Amino acid sequence: MSGHKILVVEDSAIMRQLLVMSLRRMPGVTVLEASDGLEALKLIANENLSLVFSDVNMPGLDGLKLVRMLRADHRTRNIPIVMVTTEGSAEDRDRAMALGATEYITKPVQAAKVVDTATRLLGL
Amino acid sequence: MSQKEDQGKLTQRADEFLQIFKKGAEFTQELMRENEKLRFQLVQMEEQNRLASCAAQALQEVENLKSQVAELEQEKMEIMQRIARVEAENIDFANRYVEIEGENNSLANLYIATYQLHSTLDFREVLQIISEIIINLIGGEEFALFLLDENTASLQAMVGEGVEIDQLPVCPVGEGTLGTVASTGESFYATTLDDVSSAYDAPLACIPLKIKDRVIGVLAVYKLFLQKKRFADIDYELFTLLAGHAATAIFASKLYSESERKLTTIQGFLDLLTK
Repeated sequence: MSGHKILVVEDSAIMRQLLVMSLRRMPGVTVLEASDGLEALKLIANENLSLVFSDVNMPGLDGLKLVRMLRADHRTRNIPIVMVTTEGSAEDRDRAMALGATEYITKPVQAAKVVDTATRLLGL
Repeated sequence: MSQKEDQGKLTQRADEFLQIFKKGAEFTQELMRENEKLRFQLVQMEEQNRLASCAAQALQEVENLKSQVAELEQEKMEIMQRIARVEAENIDFANRYVEIEGENNSLANLYIATYQLHSTLDFREVLQIISEIIINLIGGEEFALFLLDENTASLQAMVGEGVEIDQLPVCPVGEGTLGTVASTGESFYATTLDDVSSAYDAPLACIPLKIKDRVIGVLAVYKLFLQKKRFADIDYELFTLLAGHAATAIFASKLYSESERKLTTIQGFLDLLTK
């Protein structure tokens, strides 16, 4: 259970802190943070990531565009992406999943749910 | 004659002897048969004796086994009772784990909310953080934060989400749900969350923002996100936290902004005087 890097992409400092705090409880996991899609892309280019948690609505590059870009790039095509969003409708979920999101979690989130999702997707 | 008589006597005696000998032989044979019978009976009795001894041993063995079975049954009962106790403990631990996980989650939310509320002295940022807490931690889709104007004794909307702040009317203290919450300092929660109203004075929850007993504003939540069906326990704790910490954060940031403004003005005067 070591060597996994998880990126949290979230513009809300509160939500970002909540996700980071939850994920840092997992042993052997390094958590990186980005406040929008563009900052996330810069990090992704330099890091070997195992998992991405991303908000949908963000300034600059939003979460859905980020998913599309990661899926189009052969280097990041297989990184699991978990969307964390306030949008709870089935259409929003379907749209995100169709673009290539791996999981879809609606806010408000529970720390246990975040950890469970990460554990499952990382195969820990 | 006498010779004949003697011969006859001898013959007779020889016959008698033969008779006696025959009888002796017969008797001997009879004895041998009897002996054989007795020996057979002896063998039978020895066998019976051996069997009886074996039966006694077997009975003793059965008694021993019965005793062992009883002991094992007792042990089994004890083990079953211990298993039942351990299972009950496991269930208790599992329940406590879930409970502690829930408490951890609640504490994390409360910690983050408090941390963020007091992370800035910028008034606009404080309002933004309050909005983020309601959106991200409580799941409010439509809400507004009203601050008390002590000069006019009315509540004025300062920030909100999903509602047009400019179109929200000024609410006099003591009137309607919001005004009553501001005057009494008591939180209001709608009895049902099913009937969402667009009326600004019919919130699902209305929380007074208080510094001790002084109300400086109210927070009104009108609608929750689609996936949020009801308030959870942590939401009430967050509302309680907001009632106190949001109020102090707003008050402190307003004071800081005013002092900064005054400081800038004084600094301007000083610059004018010294230049």
